[in-house]
Amino acid sequence: MKSLFLYTFIMVAGSLLVTSCSKSIDERTNNAPALAPANMDIDAGSWKPVLLASASEFNVPAPAPTNTPDYVAQVNEIKAWQKDLTGEEKSLVNYWSAGAVLRWNEILRELVAKYNLPPYQNPDGTYPIPNASNPLAYPQFPFANPPYAARAYAYFSAAQYDALVAAWYYKKLYNRPAPYKVDANLNVLIPKSDLPSYPSEDAVIAGVATEMLKLLFPGEQDFIQQKADEHKRSRIIAGANVRSDLEAGEALGKLVAQKFVARARTDRAGAAVGTAAVWDQMEKDCIAKGEGYWISQEVPKRPPMLPLFGKVRTFLFDSLTLVTQIRPGPPPSTSSQKFKEETEEVLYYSEHPTRERMRIIHFWADGVSTVTPPGHWNSIAAEDFIKENLSEVRWARNFALLNMAMMDAAIVCWDAKFTYYNPRPSQVDPRIKTLTGLPNFPSYVSGHSTFSAAAATILGHILPSRATDYAQMAEEAKMSRLYGAIHFRSDCEVGYTCGQKVGDFAIQRAKADGAE
Amino acid sequence: MKRMLTVLVVIPFMLLLVPARSHAQTDLDAIMMNKYQFCNGFMYNYASWDHYWEGTFKRDNKNMGTVSTQSVMYMANYGITDRLNIMAGAPYVWTKASAGTLHSMKGVQDLSLFVKWKPVTWTFGKNKISLFTIGGFSTPLADYVIDFLPMSIGLGSTNITARGMVDYKHKRFTATGSAAYVWRSNVKLDRDSYYDTELHLTDEIKMPNVANYQLRTGYRGRYLIAEALLTNMTTLGGFDITKNNMPFPSNRMNATTVGVNLKYTVKQLANLDVYAGGNYTIAGRNAGQATAYNAGLFYAFYFCKKPKS
Repeated sequence: MKSLFLYTFIMVAGSLLVTSCSKSIDERTNNAPALAPANMDIDAGSWKPVLLASASEFNVPAPAPTNTPDYVAQVNEIKAWQKDLTGEEKSLVNYWSAGAVLRWNEILRELVAKYNLPPYQNPDGTYPIPNASNPLAYPQFPFANPPYAARAYAYFSAAQYDALVAAWYYKKLYNRPAPYKVDANLNVLIPKSDLPSYPSEDAVIAGVATEMLKLLFPGEQDFIQQKADEHKRSRIIAGANVRSDLEAGEALGKLVAQKFVARARTDRAGAAVGTAAVWDQMEKDCIAKGEGYWISQEVPKRPPMLPLFGKVRTFLFDSLTLVTQIRPGPPPSTSSQKFKEETEEVLYYSEHPTRERMRIIHFWADGVSTVTPPGHWNSIAAEDFIKENLSEVRWARNFALLNMAMMDAAIVCWDAKFTYYNPRPSQVDPRIKTLTGLPNFPSYVSGHSTFSAAAATILGHILPSRATDYAQMAEEAKMSRLYGAIHFRSDCEVGYTCGQKVGDFAIQRAKADGAE
Repeated sequence: MKRMLTVLVVIPFMLLLVPARSHAQTDLDAIMMNKYQFCNGFMYNYASWDHYWEGTFKRDNKNMGTVSTQSVMYMANYGITDRLNIMAGAPYVWTKASAGTLHSMKGVQDLSLFVKWKPVTWTFGKNKISLFTIGGFSTPLADYVIDFLPMSIGLGSTNITARGMVDYKHKRFTATGSAAYVWRSNVKLDRDSYYDTELHLTDEIKMPNVANYQLRTGYRGRYLIAEALLTNMTTLGGFDITKNNMPFPSNRMNATTVGVNLKYTVKQLANLDVYAGGNYTIAGRNAGQATAYNAGLFYAFYFCKKPKS
């Protein structure tokens, strides 16, 4: 009897536990509030673009007046949608109203994570190289590794910024009010704003996104077009824009994006993979200097990741500045006492992992199948920007600064890696086992350190109240690579310094772009 | 990368393959302890694989070579009555990859508790059929790293298991079949976003539940038990490892294994059970093709006076 009681008790307790523990998960930005900018930045049309010669480089025709039958018909289109809204349509409005720059940034991060996978080897032990003109065949194009991703985030953000500067110019020029200002009876599902609605900033962003992603993720056209259609539809459903606002915005966004696409096609990233001759020469140069050289520790040996990415055109400074002012001096000689000591230090961290260090390693690892370190900093920034109630154009400006800094940081870092071709700790001492995946490229300098310092520096300028926190995060990201036993201390510290320098160039731009 | 086998198959195996008969029964067999009888001991398990299924694609990985998982598990069983037993166990687990640079992991894994109840027995001639229900609970004893598969020592979820079992006995011949549903709690990563088939901006993972099936048959004598086992674990949901990716806790990890169990009670020392077993994975998905061996030593005695009967 007693035992029956015990059994019943356990079963009841067990089923209570099951029913009380719902598995549903609230993701951090699922319920982000609708954008209600504290300042609509009405003069952003005068901010300095990145590539555009001026905000009016591309013409946007004057909109039809709001008292024409054509405009009234467009307002009626909104009313027709609103008559019979489905739950799905309402959730689309909620999703997109959190901010177009935010949502498209999240979509890009998702694509990076999806495509961030190193190709599987061929039967003969070589590796296939993803092909942009055949993106759906294995290995899918692109392999969205950290340099590729850093560049993608930068072009995507900078193009959005330029396009929105142009959009703001025309908004102020034409000053067409939002449909709910014209028709006071119109139902509105988002916070109202005094910002002129022509051309639609949302459609500008969707237009930039579809055009840039044709280049960056050419195998995802269906997915991207579906998102863009939903995005534009959400604005009509919400009563935020009439169709002509959207059409003008989308057209402007695409034109501006094409300018960035043209730059991207000639920025030398397409040749960054290099050739077998290039890889061999780097090794020989290192031997000629009498230094130990990097060897792939993968089996079969994998060619180094994008060895010529250091030659890609930077956004914030020119290549001479990179070489003369930012490129770090050489790492400790592989035959020096300092190198030996640093190797011992890595071995110590390899052999003495603590739970807290493991947490740090894995929090910042951002390895295969993730958004990469630049994506992680986008996520950190986005979740802070949500709290700031920024206008779309300021969202875009902040992301452009952040992501141009991280792309340039990637270029600086890759330049150092393939200038010095320094070995990894686990290559020098086989007792060193790694607590995270070992990246397949030279050690000096640490990419995570460079990215993180650049990001923390510019973000600290944008949100000074968070500067100390960002610096602490970057410091932790930096140390995570030593704790993980994949980098020497010099890699991390020198990388961090390089990243700060890149971040300072971004601050210079920020101070001069007219937005402050 | 693929330690799946480790946790998915090996750890369940440590739970499954424990001996039979009067001592050291498990949640998977039809053996009951007598009232007031207590049995405890240690089981050692070694499992290794050099091929694994990445989704349905079978491959090796020279960057890991052979991945092995070893464990020592303390187990204890107690007969509250002849028909109601409780069991507990906890393993110490350590992993290793023979090639590449990935660091091994080690530590105390999950505490498991089971209640086994045999409500019904029918006897007709020399045949006997018994029905069992088993309830189980397991939860991590330590905050081990789950996001370093296949080197991680466990998946970190808290599980609740419900199992039904039928046992048929004809003289010394036995056949036992059982099916279980395992409810698994969400788990948390050390990072704040991850991609499965889409990007999730959270550190929390929804773990698919698991079904578990076993058939076992063989000889069940007074001193010797020898059985063949066919075991299947099927994850009810989850996603496949993408090509050349690392495994992830919520992958659809499936495995079917065949194995043998031997248990011998030392005649001169009737309190002592010696156990040995082995199994081999014949089919899988997002799991290593493991070969596993185990051996154990168990000691049984009566807490109170042995009841008459």
